[in-house]
Amino acid sequence: MSARGSASPARQAWRRFRSSRGALASLLFLAASGLAALLAPLLPLASPRVLALAGEARAPRLELGGPHWAHRVSIRLRLNEPPRSGELLARAERALAASARELTAATPRILRHGPRAAPSELELALLYRPELDPARGADLEARFATLLASQSGPDGLHVPGGGTLALALAGVTAQDGYGPLGALDRALIALRHRLFGFFQLGPWLGTDAKGRDLFARCVFGSRVSLSVALAAALVSVVVGVGYGALAGYFGGRLDAVMMRLVDVLYSIPFLFVVIFVITLLGEYRTELARLGIGRMTAFFVVLGLSTWLTMARVVRAQVLALRQAEFVRAARVLGASHGFVLRVHVLPHLLGIVAVYLTLTLPAVMLYESFLSFLGLGVEPPQVSWGILASDALDALNPLSVAWWLVLGPALFLGATLLALNVLGDGLRDALDPRLGRNG
Amino acid sequence: MTLFLLRRAGWFLVTLWLVVSVSFVLMRAVRGGPFSSERALHPAVEQSLRARYHLDWPLWKQYLQYVGPLDWSAEGHALVGGDGTRPFGGLLALDLGPSFKYRDFTVGEILAQSLPVSAALGALALVWALALGLPCGILAAVRRGTRLDLALRLGATLGIALPNFVVAGLLVLVFVFGLGWLPPAGWGDLQHFLLPSFVLGLPFAAYVARLTRAGLLEVLNQDYVRTARAKGLPPRLVLVRHALRAALLPVVTYLGPATAGILTGSLVVEKIFAIPGVGTHFVNSALNRDYPLAMGVTLVYTVLVYALNTLVDAAATLLDPRIRLEEAG
Repeated sequence: MSARGSASPARQAWRRFRSSRGALASLLFLAASGLAALLAPLLPLASPRVLALAGEARAPRLELGGPHWAHRVSIRLRLNEPPRSGELLARAERALAASARELTAATPRILRHGPRAAPSELELALLYRPELDPARGADLEARFATLLASQSGPDGLHVPGGGTLALALAGVTAQDGYGPLGALDRALIALRHRLFGFFQLGPWLGTDAKGRDLFARCVFGSRVSLSVALAAALVSVVVGVGYGALAGYFGGRLDAVMMRLVDVLYSIPFLFVVIFVITLLGEYRTELARLGIGRMTAFFVVLGLSTWLTMARVVRAQVLALRQAEFVRAARVLGASHGFVLRVHVLPHLLGIVAVYLTLTLPAVMLYESFLSFLGLGVEPPQVSWGILASDALDALNPLSVAWWLVLGPALFLGATLLALNVLGDGLRDALDPRLGRNG
Repeated sequence: MTLFLLRRAGWFLVTLWLVVSVSFVLMRAVRGGPFSSERALHPAVEQSLRARYHLDWPLWKQYLQYVGPLDWSAEGHALVGGDGTRPFGGLLALDLGPSFKYRDFTVGEILAQSLPVSAALGALALVWALALGLPCGILAAVRRGTRLDLALRLGATLGIALPNFVVAGLLVLVFVFGLGWLPPAGWGDLQHFLLPSFVLGLPFAAYVARLTRAGLLEVLNQDYVRTARAKGLPPRLVLVRHALRAALLPVVTYLGPATAGILTGSLVVEKIFAIPGVGTHFVNSALNRDYPLAMGVTLVYTVLVYALNTLVDAAATLLDPRIRLEEAG
């Protein structure tokens, strides 16, 4: 019965919503960017964290891009004397690369340090398949040392084809391009390597001052920005709906007191309080971590707790009206408990208005997140979020090198998402509640 | 009206007390504090610093001293051993206490230096918001349905959606580095003012434009406007004298929240443009654990927001006699 009763208004709302082309496009755009954020490790992007060897900000270029250096183990070898000939060096490099491949099944690349004729150091950079754990570097160092010793005499490495080259193992370092990853992300990266190999897209939006691909950083930043916004909005919805429903349903003195409190909270400049609380929480970082509350969790809870006021007011007004409705009174007369009535008869009727205000809360929370990250109080590097990227960009602006693309990249991502959310919110409001005006 | 103002004042005191007490307890309960930063101080030095800021007192005594009904300083009430020249101390005497970080300054002195800067910035932002928002809104309403209306509405949505620092970055690129018309940062003359206040005012201009357009569209269909037109009044006169007056009501009501928003947004804008206003001090004080300064700023802004909201609600009745203040209060 309820299915048939609610299908018609829902379908009407959907038809109204569909007729607004902007809102529909926004919905599609948001779905696509949400999916891209979720599947970011699957996309053939550069690593958001690995610093380039020659780190500098480079302007955007339309190119397909070089090999993917995300999981890199480098074996550094010190040359004790300059090689007698370039040809000998080349043969030695080939032999070393073959040994490295034999040990690791990775794709080695030779990088030289020092002048080409007399290099002082060789680096075997191994591009790893992600299913291999780069933390195995220490183990690799021992194995490579043994292998090297077995191929060397007292005066150095026996180069296949004649000659020796005196060199010593200087160290093995592993670089991890993604930071700690969950199981899903690891699987996604493995799949990415199966699909795209070591191919990655070029720096379409340029690179930042440390040589990191800006496009990749924006996409990976969207994971943080979007998930913080969603989590905070969820907190705000739960608190707002709970508070508003309670006040509206029981009414009377409880309602008066609860709404008075909301009025009081309304006149407090919230960003100030949020900043205050976040710095205070910083003092208790280790205790919170022991309780399993990371900095990020604390961050979005605080954000959510500071944006529920409007939601509470709107929900209360709606519940106040619902409480007087015939079917609610009938349910009470028939002996239904308060909890049952709230759950079965009241909450479902709030879905529409909650959806509308959720889409309006999301951009507000995203703004807060980016504000705070911008001020250095939110997300912390090496994690990236759009606020951090924008802050980096403004820091990098100076009259000597105007890296305009650093400003443009995060602006595009943040602007497009916030714009889409706003348009979607307006469209939903028009569709779900035609009584409310555009600015109702 | 008097009743309304009295009731507002009562709730104002409750709000203020709540803010003071909660943040005071949070501030003092928190471990660490201003002197436990990078380098460990010599115990004797830390002891004397704590004594200077009364951090060695029990919490209730610190609270009473901060709020001020009892003042243990030399000028305090005779009851607690002072000479009685200052019957009330602390907040009751408008004394926000000393800053922990800028040790030669009181919070009051810092605010006295920076508040005019922020106020000037905020006022100019408000001017931008109205000077840009009202004409755009009126234009969009009068030319409803045309391409101009569409463009203005899109612009308004963009203005609301884009965060301050993104707009700031783009405008700095264009006007500072591209065209070289304006200085990149600093404070002093009008040139320094222009870009920050525009950035700060833009989202509010967008809201004002939306509200004006919506308000005008609603009013333009009303009977009295039609009557005025039918009387043969020139369209401009109908618009200005009859329609606009009623349509502006939502805009006036919005000015309260807008001012609050401008105060908040000023945190970011001041940081971007290196403006020595209250926002910069607040962010620094939060990062430096200079709690008295952070609390002082929060208090001052709470007072400002509350006062402006009250003012706006009172002004709304002057524009629209249908609103009764008792309900709004």
